[in-house]
Amino acid sequence: MHMMYFTEQPMAAYDAKAGLDFGATALTFSNSHYDSNEGSRLYNEFLEDYLLAEEYGADGIMLNEHHNAPFCMQAKTNIFAAILAAVTKRVKIVILGNPLPLCDNPIRMAEELAMIDMISKGRLVPGFVRGGGQEQLASGVNPAFNRERFIEAHDLIQKIWSEPGPFRWEGTHYQHRVVNPWALPMQKPYPRVWVPGVLSKETIIWTAQQRYPYIALNTSIEHTKEIWKQYSDSAAECGYTAGPENFGYLIRVHVQDTEEKALQNARQFMWMQGEFTGLAHPVWANPSGYFSPSGRRNFVQFATGRAKNPRGNPTFEEQIASTMIIAGTPKQVIEKLKYVVENTRPGIMGIWANDGTISKEDRQNCIKLLCGEVMPAVKEFGAGLGLKDPWEANAPVHLRYSTDLKPTQKAAAE
Amino acid sequence: MSVTWTDSVNEIAGTKIHLSRAGSGPAVLVLHHDIGTPDRLPFYDALAEKFDVLVPHHPGWGKSERPQWLRSTRDIASMSAWLLNDLGLRDVSLVGLGFGGWIAAEMASQAPDTYRRLVLVGAMGIKPPEGDIADQAIVSYIDYPQAGFHDLAAFAKVYGDISIDQLEQWDICREMSFRTAWKPYMYSQTLPHLVGGIRAPALVIWGDDDRIVPISAGHAYTKALRNATMTTIANCGHFAEMEKPDEVAKLVTSFLASN
Repeated sequence: MHMMYFTEQPMAAYDAKAGLDFGATALTFSNSHYDSNEGSRLYNEFLEDYLLAEEYGADGIMLNEHHNAPFCMQAKTNIFAAILAAVTKRVKIVILGNPLPLCDNPIRMAEELAMIDMISKGRLVPGFVRGGGQEQLASGVNPAFNRERFIEAHDLIQKIWSEPGPFRWEGTHYQHRVVNPWALPMQKPYPRVWVPGVLSKETIIWTAQQRYPYIALNTSIEHTKEIWKQYSDSAAECGYTAGPENFGYLIRVHVQDTEEKALQNARQFMWMQGEFTGLAHPVWANPSGYFSPSGRRNFVQFATGRAKNPRGNPTFEEQIASTMIIAGTPKQVIEKLKYVVENTRPGIMGIWANDGTISKEDRQNCIKLLCGEVMPAVKEFGAGLGLKDPWEANAPVHLRYSTDLKPTQKAAAE
Repeated sequence: MSVTWTDSVNEIAGTKIHLSRAGSGPAVLVLHHDIGTPDRLPFYDALAEKFDVLVPHHPGWGKSERPQWLRSTRDIASMSAWLLNDLGLRDVSLVGLGFGGWIAAEMASQAPDTYRRLVLVGAMGIKPPEGDIADQAIVSYIDYPQAGFHDLAAFAKVYGDISIDQLEQWDICREMSFRTAWKPYMYSQTLPHLVGGIRAPALVIWGDDDRIVPISAGHAYTKALRNATMTTIANCGHFAEMEKPDEVAKLVTSFLASN
């Protein structure tokens, strides 16, 4: 089992009241509230935290990026990945992920990732995402072509990493005269790609068709099982059997020496008004054309205040009760995580441990307990359940490298 | 006087295009807004008393099929011209409403000697010298059309209690607007240099309280066209033909009827 440390890198050092008064901070809350001195301090503290996570035993550091909002300070995930490539020694650098549709030049993306992989001596996991709706608006990228751009950028990067250049690319969204970057990943055939997600059925199916692991981002246990079923069904159609090495799960967990202190800090998971990516107008989170047409009718009602948020608005207490958030002493947290692991059976686990305004001392104590005590116990438990990560399972990097494909029903019929 | 409308489906560029048609006389093609169009409007009825009025749904909007390949207003302009040719119509006048005004200006600049008269009502399509075209991407489905009315009572008169079907339609319209006009948003950088070739006399109509397309764009159109006059309508927003149907119909009818 692969266990990673994650934080959104919250930029919580601003006037919280101003944010609450403004309301939806996830796109248009003015950056006049941004304090670069505090930003500098926080970036450097987060870097210290990552080094501590490696020192205390985490298998990986999970990174991401967002734009125009206080909930995440990483505007370019490859920058932190590059820093970690140089300053860490052992951990996997897991980017979940680079929002491919935001990228106007996938060749440059392939180059940056190849550089990071080489500098880290082959420790990069370059995950890809579609990017949330706000990211498209913040970056001026057409949400109606988000999925087309995601798939085409992926296909171009994959070709760069698996076929010799130079070649020409004349696609729908990308056209390049000479594709021949002089920087290629160290890991062969190419670095393992993971895809995180929350909702979209189309993404789950696409990910299964690539045989890339799908990382469910703090979905409920019930919903997570539905995702696995969708993935497994698609995998079977492709001729392979999905296992724990295909599944990852991100969960919010905060650990302290006392339950009281852990619960107090864990309330910071609610600092963005209870929303993972900050409170946003629904049409920012799901601009027209970004989401599946099958959800249109329900969505327009939610967006105009005629229906409740399909994700619900569970309180902190409800999220603690349903294990969407886990907080406590190492012993308490291990027991709850065993329950989650037993019920979701992931080979990859991300622990989102610190959010909002938690003091540096508490953050680092959490990391020490989490990586030093909780992760080893959960990994041991996972091993007992046979939960292997992609390296332990020696899983193929992509479907095309599979050696175990069964004839599919469709192929048999032909 | 009651007007009888006939709906038809026309295959253009492999795409089923919905068309409503009524009246007789010189042909007038009405090109609707980015938010689509109700099937019938008092403005359409008023025009149909004097003219052969054609109101197609743009490809991807309303009851017309979506061509997945469609990427620009130029594509819609070409398909609209194709439709007129298939119907055997010549010497047609174009009435472009908002986004439809952009399409009309594209059609006329691509075929400068083809159309009889050109009417642009709160037309998108060129970058306003002052102010920006309002961005529908960051406001709600209801807030955007409401912003296009000076008086909310006029909005309520047209749309009544907004149905879920209408909300869905607005989402589809918005998606099509993104697919065709995302960047630059709602204008062409080359169109202002091309409209000068249009031979048809033009009438530019603007609501004096258009909060969607700044009136400076109207002045810019009037200046760039070789034979245009501009009229503003008092206490009127962007969706002028819905907010002030009688006034707009009167102006348009009188302009189209003159020689």
